[in-house]
Amino acid sequence: MENKEILLTMRKISKTFPGVKALNNVDFTLRKGEIHALLGENGAGKSTLIKVLTGVESMDGGQVTLEGKPIHVKSSQHAQTLGISTVYQEINLCGNLSVAENIFIGREPMAYGMIDWKMINKRAKELLNNLNVDIDVTKTLDSYPVAIQQMVAIARALDISAKVLILDEPTSSLDAAECKELFTVMRKLCNEGMGIIFVTHFLDQVYEVSDRITVLRNGELVGEYEAKSLPKVELIGKMIGKDYEQLQQIESAKKAHMENKESYLTCKNLTTEGNLKNLDLEVNKGEVLGLAGLLGSGRTETVRALFGADKILGGELSVKNTRIRNNKPITAIRKGMGYCSEDRKSEGIVGELTIRENIILALQAKKGMFRFIGKKEQTKISQQYIKLLDIKTPGCEQQIKNLSGGNQQKVLLARWLATNPELLMLDEPTRGIDVGTKAEIQKIVLELAEKGMSIIFISSEMDEMLRCCERMVVLNDKKKLGELSGNEKNEQVIMEMIAGGKSV
Amino acid sequence: MKKGILSKNFQLFVTIVLFLVLFLAGSLRYRGFFSAQVFLNLFIDNAYLIIIAVGLTFVLISGGIDISVASVVAFVGMLSAYLLQNGWNPYVVMLLMLLIGSTGGFLMGYIIHYFKIQPFIATLAGQFLYRGACFIISTTSIIIDNPVYTTIANYQIKLAPKAYISISVVIALLVVIAGTIMARFSKFGRAVYAVGGNEQSANLMGLPVGRIKVLVYVLSGFCAALGGIVFSFYTLSGYGLQNIGLEMDAIASSVIGGTLLTGGVGSVVGSMFGVLIQGIIQTIIIFQGNLSSWWTKVAVASLLCLFIVLQRIISANRDKFKRKMLNNA
Ligand SMILES: Nc1ncnc2c1ncn2[C@@H]1O[C@H](COP(=O)(O)OP(=O)(O)OP(=O)(O)O)[C@@H](O)[C@H]1O
Ligand SMILES: [Mg+2]
Repeated sequence: MENKEILLTMRKISKTFPGVKALNNVDFTLRKGEIHALLGENGAGKSTLIKVLTGVESMDGGQVTLEGKPIHVKSSQHAQTLGISTVYQEINLCGNLSVAENIFIGREPMAYGMIDWKMINKRAKELLNNLNVDIDVTKTLDSYPVAIQQMVAIARALDISAKVLILDEPTSSLDAAECKELFTVMRKLCNEGMGIIFVTHFLDQVYEVSDRITVLRNGELVGEYEAKSLPKVELIGKMIGKDYEQLQQIESAKKAHMENKESYLTCKNLTTEGNLKNLDLEVNKGEVLGLAGLLGSGRTETVRALFGADKILGGELSVKNTRIRNNKPITAIRKGMGYCSEDRKSEGIVGELTIRENIILALQAKKGMFRFIGKKEQTKISQQYIKLLDIKTPGCEQQIKNLSGGNQQKVLLARWLATNPELLMLDEPTRGIDVGTKAEIQKIVLELAEKGMSIIFISSEMDEMLRCCERMVVLNDKKKLGELSGNEKNEQVIMEMIAGGKSV
Repeated sequence: MKKGILSKNFQLFVTIVLFLVLFLAGSLRYRGFFSAQVFLNLFIDNAYLIIIAVGLTFVLISGGIDISVASVVAFVGMLSAYLLQNGWNPYVVMLLMLLIGSTGGFLMGYIIHYFKIQPFIATLAGQFLYRGACFIISTTSIIIDNPVYTTIANYQIKLAPKAYISISVVIALLVVIAGTIMARFSKFGRAVYAVGGNEQSANLMGLPVGRIKVLVYVLSGFCAALGGIVFSFYTLSGYGLQNIGLEMDAIASSVIGGTLLTGGVGSVVGSMFGVLIQGIIQTIIIFQGNLSSWWTKVAVASLLCLFIVLQRIISANRDKFKRKMLNNA
């Protein structure tokens, strides 16, 4: 492995954004046939390094060579022709085009001088089948959920059969089975001599597939390591720059304090526009309730219904013993609910607005438009959350689109925390967030619950759920399979429940 | 699968049905309305507008707008009339007009993309410039009496004993066919949809966004100039105040034909039917005889409202549909 041929080098790369030194003299080396994990906290500079390499951002200084020859990448188009194919962190496809077209646009197969649609649809179907995705490729992309869109982006990058493949957090919305398919394909491509750069916050995945690891911290290179010879605890230490004890604290912070169970919300026999069937659910004051299940099992639909984003077609919903009819997001907010959506790009952030404005949004909605929150107050609130969640930014007047992916997620979380809700629904709140902050967020969630807030927590990471939740509701196929609490809940029981429920 | 196709083309379907309904209504109400020639006159009278609308459709799909087209038509009419009077070869004049239209489009597209000027502003400047240039040539109308022009203008292609079309109609139909093929089956056409759908994504997918955006305005300028030539066949004169507000008719046609002003959605055939619907409303008003022709505008305005609401409903349904897909995934 040591003597693998060098494919790509980046030397002394620097990049400064107004107020932020995103990269400072960073070196990076990729060898042929290796999977190279690029790791670091949120805002460490991973995506920036990739954008500089692919010509999306220009670099202030440094050299790049590909197969020994110096290159100056001018645009992502140029990068593609040089053989560098990329899946960026935020899905970058066109929702108005068909799935197949998204995979082939810009390099469509032609017949008699015209685009060969039959061929495109056929090849797209094959490519997705290789990743075990079986969908109608002639439908527009925006008719599919985020996970499928991510698979489509990956299929596109894979098919560009390049020398270098870059995957910036490709697995953030995928479930275990989909990840496995992806890893199989990645290994196959490696064996064919491709070099792969893999960015992720899931450290288990790093150890599962990668040969080598490069760690960045605050825009500087920490070092390059063999994956085999770097234990996980040490790796985390290198990423956060201090010894890693936080996670352990979490385990002990969690305690059983649920004696006086007072119900906050109940629903009976709920049937919704989102296809939920006959759901019974009870949320108590001050508890963290987990919703477990696979992709499409009805977790998101449940919280959408409670928040009034999906219409309730049958059954009853009551909050604090008063029945709610005609639930709408604005009534839900006023009743004291908050919903942090999983779809950060299209339902969450408002890119053009500043961090302050993004944080204040829900709070202002709760207060009503006529009770304006003064700017000083707004700044105070934002700064408090920037500190609490360790959001990396030069100040609260920065446009949110200039933040790193993980830091945008933190702002979204801050938005709902700021409303100080009685029931907070978190749908994948830690997606794309680094290990250190993840632990921090889990701690905050538990603290809030202790203060009496009810929390519904959804995450595709089972350990995270098990760590935070006192009670878990297992869903499958839009139906409730059952509930687990205390010591009965562990990963295997849940998986068995889901598997059993499926055969019914 | 079938449902998908219908929902994708639903608006186009509605546009065509509306056209047929209007034609049927006219036929039932007025004597002499139901005839091949009344139908063909729609094309003869609106050939220039169809051509302009095709070019504009591409601009709108790319997420831009071009409000210079009406002035281009006036300028082309003026300049050709002037040059023909001075004895220029008519074919050279036509080629020159197409060149001028394309170059103007190129300049506007270049300014829009590379200097990040809003398309509305850049093409507004173009509009003023062309319109102003008309009056530098002459403040009064100039007659075109060049034999080539008059022959083309008066030539009738007989389809049946009592039904004919003009050469302009053939040109317009060729433009519609070429435009449709370009939109559906060329790399350029698809890239226009991608840019209109999400410019940033298109860029990251490696599409030459700058070149595409500039080319779209070149195409629109070319079509406007071609429309201008066809319009001079139609009027056999040039006049600087000709066609004020025509760009809005073209934009309205596109919207009625299913183009979204936010970009990414639309079709060339739809825009053609958009033009024809406006044409048929005009014809009905003429047959009615006692209504002012401004009623056309009132009718078109109501239709626009109707179609914009319709687009909203369709896209709202698509969101619902999307949620359904999510649930079945
Ligand atoms: N366009 C921009 N303008 C200003 N600052 C920017 C811009 N893009 C990135 N930054 C800043 O550069 C730093 C590095 O960001 P980058 O996106 O590379 O982080 P990352 O390592 O990918 O983090 P994450 O894990 O959250 O995706 C961050 O502090 C971010 O705020
Ligand atoms: Mg990133």
